[in-house]
Amino acid sequence: MTNSTRNRIKDKAFQFFGIFCMLIGLVFLGALLVDIITRGLGRIDWDFLTSLPSRRASRSGILTAWAGTLWILLLTSLIAFPLGISAGVYLEEYTKKSKLSSFLEINIANLAGVPSIIYGLLGLEVFVRQMQMGASLLAGALTLSLLVLPIVIVTTREALKAVPPSVRQGSFALGATKWQTTWRQVLPASFGGILTGVILALSRAVGEAAPLIVVGALAYVPFVPSSPNDEFTVLPIQIFNWTSRPQAEFLVNAAAAIIMLLFITFLLNGVAVYLRNKQQKKIKW
Amino acid sequence: MSKKPIKVEAKDVNAYYGDFHAIKGINIAMEENTVTAFIGPSGCGKSTFLRIFNRMNDYIDGFKTEGEILLDGQNIYAKNVQVDELRKKVGMVFQKPNPFPKSIYENVVYGLKIQGVSNKAALTEAAERALKQAALWNEVKDNLNKSALALSGGQQQRLCIARALAISPSVLLMDEPASALDPISTAKIEELIHELKEQYTIVIVTHNMQQAARVSDTTAFFYMGELVEHAKTKTMFTNPKDSRTQDYITGRFG
Ligand SMILES: Nc1ncnc2c1ncn2[C@@H]1O[C@H](COP(=O)(O)OP(=O)(O)OP(=O)(O)O)[C@@H](O)[C@H]1O
Ligand SMILES: [Mg+2]
Repeated sequence: MTNSTRNRIKDKAFQFFGIFCMLIGLVFLGALLVDIITRGLGRIDWDFLTSLPSRRASRSGILTAWAGTLWILLLTSLIAFPLGISAGVYLEEYTKKSKLSSFLEINIANLAGVPSIIYGLLGLEVFVRQMQMGASLLAGALTLSLLVLPIVIVTTREALKAVPPSVRQGSFALGATKWQTTWRQVLPASFGGILTGVILALSRAVGEAAPLIVVGALAYVPFVPSSPNDEFTVLPIQIFNWTSRPQAEFLVNAAAAIIMLLFITFLLNGVAVYLRNKQQKKIKW
Repeated sequence: MSKKPIKVEAKDVNAYYGDFHAIKGINIAMEENTVTAFIGPSGCGKSTFLRIFNRMNDYIDGFKTEGEILLDGQNIYAKNVQVDELRKKVGMVFQKPNPFPKSIYENVVYGLKIQGVSNKAALTEAAERALKQAALWNEVKDNLNKSALALSGGQQQRLCIARALAISPSVLLMDEPASALDPISTAKIEELIHELKEQYTIVIVTHNMQQAARVSDTTAFFYMGELVEHAKTKTMFTNPKDSRTQDYITGRFG
């Protein structure tokens, strides 16, 4: 057997291995989706989306849960993105390479790996107790903001790094200040990458239950929150609550709520992919 | 040499990358509306020295400049000088075309926009003028909103020249502007330099002796961070004073 046929066989073997690995993931995901959809889809109707939770499964709805989830997403976006993107821009564009900056860099990366329940405990102590926000949407959103900040910062920096230095030099050489260069050239050019980070962060936030439970979000909230100071629940908590009930009807409710949660997540990801592709078509270095 | 006033002058300029002494005690004067070519072997400091004139080295960690660079008699390294103001007077074209990832139009008007010009008519007019000056207008006039990244390398480089011209600097620094281009684009850019001389003081770094001979009025030969010789281009190429210059231009080293 010649060397090159051997290499070709290796190449093929690896291809099959790769397809196999991918299939494992897809099969499980597919099975899960089929299971959830067959159980839950029939339960979704207008009433389900617009009813308050109830002790009777058939009368329960997810109005408060999805309203809470949207509130949380909105507030978390408003808090985490300006902060995270600014921090990423500062670290990438403004700081000089130093011991301190590389120390910060490593620790921000580490923060992305801290279990979310720890953030919940932090939020409980700082926002709920010290700052006396109570178990409010604001406290929950601030907690989730802390949780996703590292993701936003790291992906923002990666996106900025991908902008060639020659773009910055070109801008400076035309008399632009650092601010103008960052704002008018570097940020627009890295928009796609930053957006990916933003969506990753939102997708992470939308599925979190643990830190919000620790902060004090309730399973049963009989009203739709109307301000950031209101108490709240979110879809994952509602799902968690329903799955822990013994009656089978609640499991159907849970499946239906999971479909809604997946729908929101896919919608977010879809928007992100769409915007990123649009951007990538414009910018090819 | 002639009676043209001096536009840019370097006085006892030394420059360092950390401990490395890259530019060694250089004195040189460039007259208004002339083209000066910087030549010399790779690594002798041409680009470093060129970037001193618009302070682009300021961004390199550990870089230090000593001495004076006078632009119209004013030291550009004086404490009160704003670099962004300086760069409106001293434009630069880089070796590799570096258009912004925006439309052709946005590339050209960027320098004006950051100066606060927002009048649409003024911007359009300036864009047309600059693109004509850079001999690119005919090729792009119907597609001003096309992405600059979709242009060819030679077109991109002329766009970068147009971008620099749009803010009407008085000095134009060009670091091997044609090194990545085909002969036709190169010829266009050389022709351009000839025309631009009427209005600008131009410094061009080049590795191409014929190019230096074709476009420049005076030539400066650098070697290991020193300025060996600066003379009228004709004199330099026919009758160099220094033996190192002679060796270099006849291709014996470098
Ligand atoms: N950022 C830097 N840090 C440290 N040393 C540098 C840096 N840039 C250039 N140098 C050094 O300074 C010297 C001059 O470099 P420069 O780029 O000015 O040469 P050049 O004459 O433009 O060469 P070329 O013709 O290859 O472009 C070289 O020895 C180079 O190694
Ligand atoms: Mg160079």
